[in-house]
Amino acid sequence: MLELRGVNAGYGTFQALFDVNLDVRAGEAVGVIGPNGAGKTTLMRVISGLIRPSRGSIAMEGVDVIATPPHKIVSLGIAHVPENRRLFPQLSVDDNLKMGAFMKEARGKYAERLEVVFDLFPRLKERRHQMAGTMSGGEQQMCAIGRALMSNPKLLLLDEPSAGLAPVVVQQVFELVKRIRGRGLTVLIVEQNVQQVLRVVDRAYLIEAGTIRASGTSAEMLASDTVKEAYLGV
Amino acid sequence: MQGFLDIFDIYLLEAVINGILLGGVLALLALGLNLIFGVIDVTWICYAELVMIGMYAMYFLVQYYGISYFIAAPLTILLVAILGALLHYLVIAPLLTAPPINQLLATGGVLFVLQSFATVAFGIDFRNLGIRLPVLAFGDMNFSYARLLSFLAALVGMVAVYLFMTRTFTGTAIRAISQDRQIMALMGVDTKRIYLITSAIGGGLAGLAACLLVLQYDVHPFVGLSFGPITFLICVLGGLGNFIGGFIAAFVFAEIISLGGLFSDLEWGYVLAFAFFIVMMFIRPAGLLARRR
Repeated sequence: MLELRGVNAGYGTFQALFDVNLDVRAGEAVGVIGPNGAGKTTLMRVISGLIRPSRGSIAMEGVDVIATPPHKIVSLGIAHVPENRRLFPQLSVDDNLKMGAFMKEARGKYAERLEVVFDLFPRLKERRHQMAGTMSGGEQQMCAIGRALMSNPKLLLLDEPSAGLAPVVVQQVFELVKRIRGRGLTVLIVEQNVQQVLRVVDRAYLIEAGTIRASGTSAEMLASDTVKEAYLGV
Repeated sequence: MQGFLDIFDIYLLEAVINGILLGGVLALLALGLNLIFGVIDVTWICYAELVMIGMYAMYFLVQYYGISYFIAAPLTILLVAILGALLHYLVIAPLLTAPPINQLLATGGVLFVLQSFATVAFGIDFRNLGIRLPVLAFGDMNFSYARLLSFLAALVGMVAVYLFMTRTFTGTAIRAISQDRQIMALMGVDTKRIYLITSAIGGGLAGLAACLLVLQYDVHPFVGLSFGPITFLICVLGGLGNFIGGFIAAFVFAEIISLGGLFSDLEWGYVLAFAFFIVMMFIRPAGLLARRR
C-alpha cells in the first residue's frame, strides 16, 4: 500500500532521515520504534506531506505522493494523527471532527462518518459541544484519532499516541488501536512505548539517527538482542 | 424644572439610540478588519480606503448610470470583495512570511495609492447620492431613516458572516486556521485558498459598509480618514482579532461619541472617545477582551 524508497529528508541544513526504505501492506499494522530524535516524527511528516523529502520516492497505492500537493494527500487515503494531537483547542469537538471531513470526497458522507466515529468513541458524542482544549489528554487523543477517521482513510498514521498520557489511558489507547485495526484499517504507528506497541503491530522497524537499523515481525523484534538491550531493558 | 428634565431625558434617550445605530456600522467595519487580522495575521491599514472606493462605486452606479440603489449595492459589495481578494493576491501573499512592519508599510502604501487614484480619477469634489431619506419621528425623538436602515443592514451582514463561519466547512476552516496554521494541510485544506476567501469576505464587508455610509456621508478621496482611524481604535480596544471584543468596543465607542456630542459638539464626542481609548490602553493594553496568545 505504502512504499518509501531511499528517502532523505530534513529541516534546512539538518538532515533527519537517511536512505529510508519502508513498506506497509494493506491490512497490516506496522510500528516504528526508536529513541527520541531518531527521525520518527519526520518520517510521518514526510509521508503526509508536511515536509518534502530531498531525495527518494514515496508511493501510496502506486500514486506518487511527492508529486501530490500537501492538501491533496489526505484524498489519497492517508490520515495523519500528529504528535501532541494538535487539535484546534478553541473549537468544539464537533468542529474539530468537521475539519477532518473538510475534503470534498468526505463532505458528502459527513453524517455517516460522524456516526462511525461516535460509535467508536461514545465519549466524544457526550462532549461534542465542549471546547477540544478543555478535555483530558485521553479524550483529546480520541478526538484527534476521530478527526483523522472522518476522512475515511485507508492508512492511518499515528504519531506517539500514548505520549503524555497516564498509564491507564495508555492501555485504552492501545485497545483503541486494536479496535481500529478490526475495522480493516491499515495502521502505521510511531511509539517510544516499545513493549506496548509490539503487542499491537504485526511488524516493526527500528530507527536510529535517521536510519533503519532493524526490521521484522513483532516476535522477531521482541527476540532481537539490539531491541532487547536498548529498549526493553532486559 | 420638571419640564427641563423631561426634555433632557428625551434627548438623552435619543442620543443613546443614535449611538446604538452608529455602533452597528462601526461594528461591521471592525468585523471586517478583525477577520483579516485574526485569520491572516495582517493588518489592512488601507481598509477604510476600500470603503471609499466602494462609496465611489455606489455614487457612479446610482448617479451616473442611473441604476437603482438596491441593484447597485450587491454590485458594489462584489466589486470591493474582488478588490479585497486582489489586495491579498498582489500585496499580502508575497509578504506573508515578511516581518509585520513590511506588511504594514505595504498596505500603508496601498492606502496612498488608492487615495491618489481617487483624487486623479474623481477629483476632490464632495459627491453624494442625492438620495434624501426622511427623518423618522418617534414621539418627541427624531431618528435618521438612513441610520436605522444602515443599522439593520449591518446587523444582517454580521449575522450572515456569523452563520457562514459556524455552519459551513469553509467557515469552520477559517476559524481553525488561526489556531494551527501548520496542520491545515493534514485536513485537506489549501491555506492559500482560505486566505483568498477570507480576504474577499473582508472586502465584501467593506463594500457593504460603503453602501450604508454613502447614504449618510458625502464621498471624497479622503473620506476614509473619517472612519479608518476609529475602526482601528475599536479593533485595538476590543483586542485585535477578537470578533466579540470588537463588536462590544464598537458600541462603547459609538455611545461615547453620541453621548459626548449631546453635552457639547459632535467633535467633542470624538475627543472624548479618543481620550477614553488612551486611558484604556494604560488599563487594558491587550484590549477589553484580550486575545489569548
